[in-house]
Amino acid sequence: MSHRDHHHDHDLEPVREAISRKTGREFWRSLEELAGTDKFRDFLHREFPALNAPETDPSMLDANGRRNFMKLMGASLALAGLTACTRQPLEHVVPYVKVPEGLVPGKPQFYATAMPLNGVASGLLVEAHEGRPTKIEGNPDHPGSLGATDVFAQASILGLYDPDRSQSALKLGDTRTWGDFLNELTGWIETQRPKGGKGLRILTENSTSPTLASLMALVKKAFPESKWVTYEANTRDGARMGAPTIGGKPANVVYKFDQADVVVSLDADFLTNGPGALRYARDFMKKRKLTDGSNEMNRLLVAESTLTTTGAKSDNRLPIKAGEIDALARVIANAVGVSVAAGGALSAEADKFAKAVAADLQAHAGKAIVIAGDHQPASVHAIAQAINAKLGGNAVAYTAPIEINPMDQTAGITELIGEMNAGQVETLIIIGGNPVYDAPNLPGQKDSFLNAMKKVAHRAHMSLYNDETSAQCQWHLAEAHYLESWGDARAFDGTVSIIQPLIQPMYQGRSSLELVAAIAGVNGKTTLDLVKDYWKTQPQMAANFDQSWKQALHDGVVAGTKLSEESAQVDAAKLAAPAPGKGGQYEIVFRIDPTVYDGRFANNGWLQECPKPINKVTWDNFAIISGATATKLNLSPNKDPHHANAKMLSITVNGQELSMPAWVQAGHPNDTVTVYLGYGRERAGSVGNKTGFNTYLLKSTGAIAEAKLAAGEGSYQLASTQEHFAIDASGIDSKAYISDENDLADRHIVRAGNLEDYKKNPKVIHKGAHLPPDPKMTIFNPEQHKYDGYAWGMAIDMNACIGCNACVVSCQSENNIAVLGKELVTRGRIMHWIRIDTYFRGDMNNPEVYFQPMMCQHCENAPCEVVCPVNATVHDAEGLNTQVYNRCVGTRYCANNCPYKVRRFNYLLYGDWDSPSLKNVRNPEVTIRSRGVMEKCTFCVQRIMNGKIEAEKQNRKVADGEIQTACQTVCPTDAIIFGDINDKESRVAKLKTEARNYEVLAELNARPRASYLAPIKNPNAILGGGASSHGSEGGHGNEGQKSGEAKHG
Amino acid sequence: MAEVKSNYVDQRPPMIGGKYDLKTMTTKLMDVVFMRGFQKGWMFGFAIVFLGLLMMANTIGYLVLKGVGIWGNSSPVFWAFDIINFVWWIGIGHAGTLISAILLLLRQKWRNSINRFAEAMTLFAVACAAMFPALHTGRPWVDYWLFPIPNTMGMWQNFRSPLMWDVFAVNTYATVSLLFWFMGLIPDFATLRDSAKQPWQKMLFGMLAMGWRGDARHWSRYESAYLLLAGLSTPLVLSVHTIVSFDFSTGIVPGWHATIFPPYFVAGAVYAGFAMVLSIGIPVRKFYKLEDFITMRHIRNMCKVMLATGLIVCYGYAMEAFFAWYSGSTYELFMMKNRMFGPYGYMYWLLILCNFLVPQLLWVKKYRENMWVIMTVCMFINVGMWLERFVIIVMSLNREFLPSGWRMYYPTPFDFSMFFGTIGFFLTLMFLFIRFVPMIPIFEMKTLLPQAQVDEHKVAQIEEAKNDGKEPLGGSQPVPQFGD
Repeated sequence: MSHRDHHHDHDLEPVREAISRKTGREFWRSLEELAGTDKFRDFLHREFPALNAPETDPSMLDANGRRNFMKLMGASLALAGLTACTRQPLEHVVPYVKVPEGLVPGKPQFYATAMPLNGVASGLLVEAHEGRPTKIEGNPDHPGSLGATDVFAQASILGLYDPDRSQSALKLGDTRTWGDFLNELTGWIETQRPKGGKGLRILTENSTSPTLASLMALVKKAFPESKWVTYEANTRDGARMGAPTIGGKPANVVYKFDQADVVVSLDADFLTNGPGALRYARDFMKKRKLTDGSNEMNRLLVAESTLTTTGAKSDNRLPIKAGEIDALARVIANAVGVSVAAGGALSAEADKFAKAVAADLQAHAGKAIVIAGDHQPASVHAIAQAINAKLGGNAVAYTAPIEINPMDQTAGITELIGEMNAGQVETLIIIGGNPVYDAPNLPGQKDSFLNAMKKVAHRAHMSLYNDETSAQCQWHLAEAHYLESWGDARAFDGTVSIIQPLIQPMYQGRSSLELVAAIAGVNGKTTLDLVKDYWKTQPQMAANFDQSWKQALHDGVVAGTKLSEESAQVDAAKLAAPAPGKGGQYEIVFRIDPTVYDGRFANNGWLQECPKPINKVTWDNFAIISGATATKLNLSPNKDPHHANAKMLSITVNGQELSMPAWVQAGHPNDTVTVYLGYGRERAGSVGNKTGFNTYLLKSTGAIAEAKLAAGEGSYQLASTQEHFAIDASGIDSKAYISDENDLADRHIVRAGNLEDYKKNPKVIHKGAHLPPDPKMTIFNPEQHKYDGYAWGMAIDMNACIGCNACVVSCQSENNIAVLGKELVTRGRIMHWIRIDTYFRGDMNNPEVYFQPMMCQHCENAPCEVVCPVNATVHDAEGLNTQVYNRCVGTRYCANNCPYKVRRFNYLLYGDWDSPSLKNVRNPEVTIRSRGVMEKCTFCVQRIMNGKIEAEKQNRKVADGEIQTACQTVCPTDAIIFGDINDKESRVAKLKTEARNYEVLAELNARPRASYLAPIKNPNAILGGGASSHGSEGGHGNEGQKSGEAKHG
Repeated sequence: MAEVKSNYVDQRPPMIGGKYDLKTMTTKLMDVVFMRGFQKGWMFGFAIVFLGLLMMANTIGYLVLKGVGIWGNSSPVFWAFDIINFVWWIGIGHAGTLISAILLLLRQKWRNSINRFAEAMTLFAVACAAMFPALHTGRPWVDYWLFPIPNTMGMWQNFRSPLMWDVFAVNTYATVSLLFWFMGLIPDFATLRDSAKQPWQKMLFGMLAMGWRGDARHWSRYESAYLLLAGLSTPLVLSVHTIVSFDFSTGIVPGWHATIFPPYFVAGAVYAGFAMVLSIGIPVRKFYKLEDFITMRHIRNMCKVMLATGLIVCYGYAMEAFFAWYSGSTYELFMMKNRMFGPYGYMYWLLILCNFLVPQLLWVKKYRENMWVIMTVCMFINVGMWLERFVIIVMSLNREFLPSGWRMYYPTPFDFSMFFGTIGFFLTLMFLFIRFVPMIPIFEMKTLLPQAQVDEHKVAQIEEAKNDGKEPLGGSQPVPQFGD
């Protein structure tokens, strides 16, 4: 191969050289001259030299090269196709709920479908305008959604319209048809057929699709010697291999958080991560809602290796190295009477925590859950399940596996690399995924998968993007987006959803089912046929197929497919203690990124610009370390309290070195570094290329490894959207923040307390807080404006908010909010209408964390309104603070005068007005703002108007809950409630009468329409916790734990 | 001739030096205008400041094309250099009107040599200032929406907004200042017209002189009109900066919302204005050898005004700190702490150095006579007044109510090119003014000559003698008239 590479370079070098020597006016003439040379004539003759080589020439794939030209051509074609008329799916899809007689232009329709991530479906309702999907909502009938979605589902609509998506099949970079590929594929598999498929390997991502399973079975039948490997970076191997078994297969664990009074998380971020997270968050929060007279809460005890959203919601939290979780789990297990071998030594603090957790678990036997993190080894999961078996009661259930190929994925891909290196693989079909980028490296090696794959003679890769893996395969096949193709997938509890397309494939994408069918020799079937054929044979649908098929499409779930609970056996062998580590000084933990996932969403601007929970950094990944570790490594804390300019940290794992910015995170354990995967991509697309650092270079087969850390050279600008986090200043470098504790605590922005105090006196959280002035004392007469009709308001339950960002992306999608890019975010111009303010309190080694979703508060005495010289921001008759874009001149005084700083200014023309495909992603009901105007949250005025129009047509008032804002609908925990506060029976009005209700900065007398319900913690009696002391002092926060000496920042 | 002794002996240095008579003074002051060709020094200076003007023009072009995002403004610092520069320039513009109007009403004759110059400075500074609010808006092409022009769009302004008041205040001020300046120039344009040799000069100055003939009726009307305009602009001196201060004090931002702002801003403006008059006047006086007209007495007086207004400004600083403490409001207290010890704390202490400590040198008489010291002090004040607005605007906005919104502000190169560009623009206009228009009012200076001094006793004696039928004392010399 290298010989051919050289050959190429010889071809082009002299020509390039000759051109590069010429400049300016000379240039055109010189082309003619060049054409006269033999070399150039030769070059022209072989118009596409890359065709002659099995290896793709990297220079031809350069972003500035022919590829870009092709992209432009493709975009122009897409424009021609899309602007003329939107392509309706030819196949029959059934609208959800409303079945209009023909389409009513301007009226959106909702279709049920599902998005698989890590194979597991979350049910969706997709809003389509005239056949053009524009917005994702959760499907209330789907058990994994209950109406909520996560950030990934929200942002997937942008992924659908991504102009960088692959648009056709490519052979060595040249456009080919699907038929061309099938011809070649036939050749490949026919040579395999006599051998029983001995040299055939199919590599897929994790999947739960029953149809795919049936097709794979056909492949196996035709090629019994072939192998099917499943791998994706988020392997969940520990969870799978540590799970109890049913019939020899690893069981699917289903947690029922609504039945648990005590939840112990062993490094699990179960509220925002993993299958069923949305449902789990909903169920978990159900037990914490202190509304409607409830006074009881569950308790969440978290031991974790980095501060996650789950840790932020914990009542007691222990920062601990990921590698010590195993030992911690063993102490807990032994203390609750599950006998396991002892693990390594624990610190006194961890030991105390373990004992307290054990006591709490025992006290709540039958109503307890222990859940381990996906990246934790199988032993931790096994111990957790052993404890659950003893104490979990009904809260933990097991079903048959939902995954169609449950295997040890790391072992599987490692074996595949071995086989490829040994030359045993002749044909490799990779369906989805991006293993060249994200497969594990064998210890001490680089590009293990790539080097092995190059030894495979025939290789094809089907994916949404022409990515790192595609570039290294002879064939790249454009995959259809899940919103353009049929399919099926199971939810976390086994319930099947039919994935129905919202739109005909925009490009020449094909589904993975079609590809597998082709390998299996099933010809002449569309994807829809394949899915239907499978379900026709299934008992749930067989009886009255047409009817049940329609019903399944309509509901978004296939009735009767939920897997039944079975008893599972905990394998005692799995409880054995793992071999002790070498005891290296530092530990590194690789985690799936909360915004770009494993890198597959790297080209999604919404996700790139979505501030990561806790640290609020966008567009980058970084190495998260504790303050003490930073000091130890001599990464002197930044003098500037705004520490977005991070020092570089050099990380060496197995001889591979990577230098990346260090982020000092309060609450992170010492001597360990957490890095997110998914960045530093080379071929993600125009948005995702070259953002962040490729941490896969460091990653071998384990998510937890030993690392050498050293101070790196220089510093790096990170784009953080929030530069200050502390709500009080204990433990913070007070010089940097120039504040004593009261400076921030006296603002009472977050009023928090603990359950014990709350039960005694629910008003305790307001102690010391400032009240709005007496109406008689102010010239702002509260009776001046009467709201006789509706009065829209919002209540946000900070106890329920888990900081998952779903509302942020949902708002972005609903309201056509622009993406800015890293540089402008760094300048402080992010456009999000809703943001999750994060505040820390107490000991900076292990702070309490509070999330406060902040959007326009729609003040009745709005400070923004009086100062606008042109009346561009005015109040409406229902109490909405409206922004008239057309009227706005852009003096920005309103934003200066807004105490909540929720107004966003279009300093430049931010929106992408030119990419034709991106025109389709926008919500036609919301104006696209041009440069020079102010914008902000409208309480989704377009939804309010729709709701009012519907109600008026029926000559009635809008019912409570009929109008939901975009942030409200997606919220997994029902933290945001919107409605008419004039209606005393509405949910929002009732919440506003709760004792926990307060208005942020109430003393300014702006009289915001949005109010907050104070968060309450329920700490363990033995462990105590900062919240208790704060609560009794009414949120002053000036007596929080002061043990922390670490400097923050 | 009998000696008549005046009761009052003015022991102050004269308001005019040298030995000039009416003719030599006119010639001297007109020479600058009628000079053929350009001096090397002028050419050199003009070339530099004109480059600044070009830089501004480029920045404005790019700004209108791209948007205000080329500046460093962000959230929460939505106003930064744009409004700092606006307030700074408006402040500088204050000395002109003060000198022309208030000192005229107070019969401070020493103002005569510097008033034209200061008025021109006012105009040019206001021109620079007005550019910022006009261009800092997101969509400058719809700035006219800020004016209550009847329209078919069904739009009307929000008269509760201080920005509205600002539009009126600045426009009124600019208009009155222009009228005042032009009116004062009319007699001098007539003098130039009469002395000009080139036909085009005769033509040009003739048009600008608007038919002025030096008629007694002209003078009478001129005097009363000038006095009226002075009366009109006197409240403007106070109102403009008062209203500019409302731009901040009506807001709820801690550090803006303060009742002391109007007097504190007005004093600051006069302070800045006088510093700028001196910063430009001293070099011009040296270059054009006008020591006889802008005398040490002028300079000393201006130093004293600066000292007085400077102390008022510093009182303002002290009161801001006091109110923050006395209010007991956590936001106010934190704002003050942030100013003094926050990440921009050094800016605050620089401000104290520039506006409080350094100007105290002017208490010493020796320093009030040393041009180098005065120039240095003025430069400190010019910088200090800019810092004051930075402290008020940026340092209040960058950390206000919700800590989640706190963020540092960093300017971009375009912020600087716009700021220094307007300085170039300002100085370009000054250079043209000095060269092409009599920068010292010729006719007003003549009133300061001994020939113009009407001795009341002598006049009385003349009258007496007339009545007695005797020869008037002092021969038949006529009483000098304005316009000679």
